[in-house]
Amino acid sequence: MNEVFRQSLTLMWQGMLAIFVVILSIYLVLMLFPKIFKKGK
Amino acid sequence: MEFLLQGLSATTWQQLVMYVIGSTLIYLAISKKLEPALLLPMGFGAILVNIPFSGALNGTMPGIGEVAGILEWMFEVGIEASEAMPLLLFIGIGAMIDFGPLLSNPKLVLFGAAAQFGIFATISIAALMGFPLKDAASIGIIGAADGPTSILVSQVLNSDYVGAIAVAAYSYMALVPIIQPFAIRLVTTKKERAIRMPYNPKNVSRMSRLLFPIVVTMFAGYVAPASVSLVGLLMFGNLIRESGVLGSLSETAQNVLANLITLLLGITISVSMQADKFVRYETMLIMLLGLIAFVFDTIAGVLFAKLLNLFTKNKVNPMVGAAGISAFPMSARVVQRMGQAADAQNHLLMHAVGANVAGQIASVIAGGVILGLVPGMLV
Repeated sequence: MNEVFRQSLTLMWQGMLAIFVVILSIYLVLMLFPKIFKKGK
Repeated sequence: MEFLLQGLSATTWQQLVMYVIGSTLIYLAISKKLEPALLLPMGFGAILVNIPFSGALNGTMPGIGEVAGILEWMFEVGIEASEAMPLLLFIGIGAMIDFGPLLSNPKLVLFGAAAQFGIFATISIAALMGFPLKDAASIGIIGAADGPTSILVSQVLNSDYVGAIAVAAYSYMALVPIIQPFAIRLVTTKKERAIRMPYNPKNVSRMSRLLFPIVVTMFAGYVAPASVSLVGLLMFGNLIRESGVLGSLSETAQNVLANLITLLLGITISVSMQADKFVRYETMLIMLLGLIAFVFDTIAGVLFAKLLNLFTKNKVNPMVGAAGISAFPMSARVVQRMGQAADAQNHLLMHAVGANVAGQIASVIAGGVILGLVPGMLV
């Protein structure tokens, strides 16, 4: 297995992890928004 | 009289190929209406920069010395030096996006993340094909389905294939209505495509709309600081839109700014389409890899939706996962059309739009993540 391919696999799991961490954080905030800010505010 | 034939005799076969490619892009833009705002300037630019001794590029004049060419100057200033053009375009894009459908159904944001998998799968395939990491990562970002992000990442990583990557990114975005149905059918049954999703629009509070761009920028910035310029300008545009007090600025960003940058970006990026850099075997590989990236994005989005369905009571139509790519609004329309083909009463558009705008966010985050991780691996 060549070095670049090995790096690309590292990039894959680290990259997808970083994206999911950000997106999940956004998801949690979006779930909280309606509870914090009532309709019409 | 020799000077009259100077250009003709200096023409190479590779330049002739570029004239054909340029003309094809113009044809696709005008006759087929495929991303005309980008493909037409790129096509014409491809012709301009490949005319021997083109004055659109920097050159040397006998007795005068170095002379700047307008397109090369714009490339150096607007793309190479600062990436200003693709970045400024994000202000306009941000001002155009209504995150309402996403705020109304937060679960859709997850599809944006899943549908970025094609980027990383393609990077690995490109690495196996022998591309160095900086080029493999630049090729993979075609899967962001976002032209400005592709240009920005490939330029920052100093890829040798910026032109081919830009052409592939915009071409495949235009071909989403052909690529995605094929990929979706590979991993779904007609029964799954017919799954209905009730749409219950919720009244999204003004405060939620205002805080959303700020919160997204902060989260993305802390996890992937390199994404701040991309995400930040996208969300800046959106904040202008949602503020409600900058109507004329929002309108300017959506129309004048976006149109002006698009116009200049297309013709400027053609500097990277000079025959000696573009007409080579690797360009064909990049076109193939770009297609693979879009297919993998789509499949990953669909499979993620199926995975979610294992754990949730209200089933999601798996096709909505495919709309998690950034190609807006083409991808959402594809899902709506395919949903209605499976069941005439199936209306998936608003769900797909929500996933699609999530894809916009996730794709710029992916671009920032790659810019943050790859340079550290190159040293």
